[in-house]
This record gives sequence, C-alpha cells and structure tokens, in this order.
Amino acid sequence: MTEQTDFVQIRHAQKSFGELEVLKDISLSVDRGQIVAIIGPSGSGKSTLLRAINDLDALTGGEIWLDGTRVNKDLPHRQYEKHINEMRQQIGMVFQHFNLFPHLTVRENVTMAPMLLKGLSKDEANALAEEQLDHVGMLERIDYYPSQLSGGQKQRVAIARALAMKPKLMLFDEATSALDPELVDEVNQVMKTLAEEHMTMIIVTHEMDFAAAVCDRVLFMDKGVVVEEGPPEVIFKKPTQERTREFLRKHIEGAK
Amino acid sequence: MQKVYPFFLEAAWVTILLSVLTAILGLTCGALGAAARLSRFWVLRFIGAAYVSLFRGTPALIQLFILYFGGPQIGIQLDAFEAGVIGLGVNAGAYMTETIRGAIISIDKGQREAARTLGLSQWQAMYKVILPQSMRLMIRPLGVNINALIKATALVAAISVVELTYTAQRYIGSTYKPFEMFLLAGVLYMVIIYVVGKGIAWLDRKVQIT
Ligand SMILES: Nc1ncnc2c1ncn2[C@@H]1O[C@H](COP(=O)(O)OP(=O)(O)O)[C@@H](O)[C@H]1O
Ligand SMILES: [Mg+2]
Repeated sequence: MTEQTDFVQIRHAQKSFGELEVLKDISLSVDRGQIVAIIGPSGSGKSTLLRAINDLDALTGGEIWLDGTRVNKDLPHRQYEKHINEMRQQIGMVFQHFNLFPHLTVRENVTMAPMLLKGLSKDEANALAEEQLDHVGMLERIDYYPSQLSGGQKQRVAIARALAMKPKLMLFDEATSALDPELVDEVNQVMKTLAEEHMTMIIVTHEMDFAAAVCDRVLFMDKGVVVEEGPPEVIFKKPTQERTREFLRKHIEGAK
Repeated sequence: MQKVYPFFLEAAWVTILLSVLTAILGLTCGALGAAARLSRFWVLRFIGAAYVSLFRGTPALIQLFILYFGGPQIGIQLDAFEAGVIGLGVNAGAYMTETIRGAIISIDKGQREAARTLGLSQWQAMYKVILPQSMRLMIRPLGVNINALIKATALVAAISVVELTYTAQRYIGSTYKPFEMFLLAGVLYMVIIYVVGKGIAWLDRKVQIT
C-alpha cells in the first residue's frame, strides 16, 4: 500500500446506494490546517462524501486516510468496530439538525463521550466542558436542556461537543441550513474562530460568502463528481466550467 | 356469601402473583425479542420475527393448553401455576417485543449517528443515547401490554390454577349466585388494574421530567 503524506486523503471514493451511483471516483486531499468548502446542488453527493469520511456511510470503493492511517480499513467486523471508533474520536462532525442528546443537559452532552471513551474523571470532564462551552459562548447555558435553546445555541453546543474530543478534523454538513437567518451568524462566528485556530475543516455549505471568506479551497460537486476545484477567488469569480457558472448564477438568483 | 370472601382474597393474591411473574417474564422476553429483531444477524432477526408472529398469531389459550396438556408428551412437566406463568409470560413477551422495538426505532436516526460520530460503540450508543430516550416512549404502551396481561391471567382458570376466575366458577356450585361471584371477581380485577395503572402513570410522569 502506498504511503500517505497528506493529512486527509480521499482516493477514488465510489459509493452506490443499490443501483444509484452517488459518488463517482472522487479524490481529494486536505492539508493540516486547511479549510475546504464543498458546494453543489442538492443531491449531488456532498453529504454522502462527508459521511464517508468517518464511515457513517461506508464507501463501496476507494480509500479514506487521516494523518497516515487508513480510516476505512478492511478488517473483520469486531476489529473494524474498534478501529473505526478510535478513528471517529479524531473526526468531529456537525450535522444540519444538531442531533444534540435531548435527555442530557448541555454539560452532559459535552462530557459524555470524553468520560466514556477517554476515561476522564467527572471533574476533568466538567472542566473540559466549561472550557469548550466558553469557547463557543455557551457557558451560561451549561445546565440547560437542548429543548431550552435556540437553533443557533444548539449548533454551538454541538460544535463544543465535537471539539471536546479534541478531533484532528472537523466535518460540517450544512451546519447553518436549518437556522433562522438571524441565527446563522453566531454559528459562522464560531467556525471562523476555529479557522483562525487552524482547525482542519471540511465544510459543506450553501453560503458562498462564508465559503469565500473562510475557506482555502472550494470544491464544486455535481452528480457525484467534482466538477471543479480551486481557491475561492477562482471558483466564485472566474470558474472555468459551465456547470459551475450555471450553479452560481442560479444560486445568486435564488438568494435574491 | 361472606364465607367466600377469604377465598376470593386469596385468589386475588394468586392473580397478583401471576401478573407480576408474567410481567417480569414478559418484559424479559420482550427485551430479548426486541434485541433479536434489531440484531445485525439475520438469523436472530428471523427468530425474533418468528417468535412474534407465532405467539401473536395464535390464541393464548391454545398456547397454554399446548404447554400444560401437551408438554408432558414431549417431556415438559409443569404444574398449572408454572405453566400459566410461562405460557402467559412468553405470550406477553411477543407483544412487548413489538412495543420495545417500536420505541427504539422511533428515535431519530440522527441520535445514533451523533453518538457513533463521537466514537461510541454500537452498544454504548444504544445504552447511553437510544435507550434512555426510548424508555420514555415505551412506558405507556408497555402499560397497555401489562393491562392486557393482567386480564389474560383469567385464562389460566382453564388449566385449573386457583386464581380469581377459577375461584368465582368454583363457588357458583355452592352458592348458586353466578352474578355475584363473577361481579366480585370483576371488581377485584378492576382494583388490581386500577392500582397498576396508577403506578404506571406515576412512572411515566417520573421519567418525563426534564
Ligand atoms: N441512505 C441512502 N439510501 C439511498 N439513497 C441515498 C441515501 N443517502 C443519500 N442518497 C441519495 O444519494 C444522493 C446524494 O445525496 P446527498 O449526499 O445527501 O446529497 P447532498 O448532500 O449533496 O444534497 C441523492 O440522490 C440521495 O437521494
Ligand atoms: Mg446534504
């Protein structure tokens, strides 16, 4: 097997749901500290690609590598479970619909995984939760339940929950799409802060302005292939592909 | 008439005991059944599905008769009370399997995904995230199952377990008062069911807080 030098590398990712081929030979690498945005029309396979990175949706072909380790290794079930759980601890994921645990307080949402998986004591986990929640501006709500929070607050807690595992890589799947417009900014601010701290991130987004401001690289996906990729100045200002231009044109019209 | 009261109270106690043991066995079978139905192994899923359709698809009375009267023929010797508990418990378990499974699968799949994404194992996600949430959903419907199970204990009169229904039938002979006898049994059933219903409502309220 070839040596992997890139921090995140996706090699020839292929994914089918039955007859439907959703990802068609996608390759992508991301350097440490880089921020990559994935844009594209609905149904183009963005979520599937993101979910393949931590094996939430297993690829039907291809390889995922993180920091020199193959994520989707070929192992017998039991060993694979152990391996993937370890890998997932290093990959934070933030969902469109937050997926906070409603039966747990904000504090417990954040402390559960570190206590369970990293053996942190209650005090250590509490200190960690306070630190992470402070980071996303949610410290005052530490003893609230998710149902008592706004969407933007929920998403910030979800980010803190992921960060508490000290991941090497963060995946965001339309983190602000389910939010009321006035709540989008507070979440974007948190993501910007992470960007300044050089967190490696792959961000699926519909917000072109945010992508342009924060990301080092933009991928335009359509129908399971990467149509075009490059720095935001190129993708947004002078894309080379007609499909990219058409998507951006429609998107701008839609936003008006 | 008063002469029969002590016998009815004793019979009510047998009904309560039957109900409690049946409920415990039923919940155990229900939990195992649900686990089998949700297993990643098709053999277990098949066994779980077969269990449910077999026991829900035939009369509980027939199941009791097969166990109690047919059992000895294949080497299963049980007294009537044992046969009653096992027969009714395994039968109730089939219904509870579906109740528990329903509560588990109704939890949004994003919950499991969020847990797995953090690195929790299948079992940890179930134990820490899914079950605590589905617990809240299953108490009421399990209460319905338990209500049905208490009433189903009347069936074991047919294999001569001396519980309420059997006792009512027995004293018709000496008192010639079928109306009063069955009414008395009915009232005692109602008291038992009322108290259990209150207990379940209390439990339900308790887990809903937050
Ligand atoms: N679990 C699944 N089963 C079957 N088809 C799926 C599943 N998940 C996604 N798809 C299909 O894969 C395609 C890409 O979906 P997705 O990755 O969610 O796109 P995007 O995130 O870009 O909107 C869509 O056609 C969708 O219907
Ligand atoms: Mg999507």
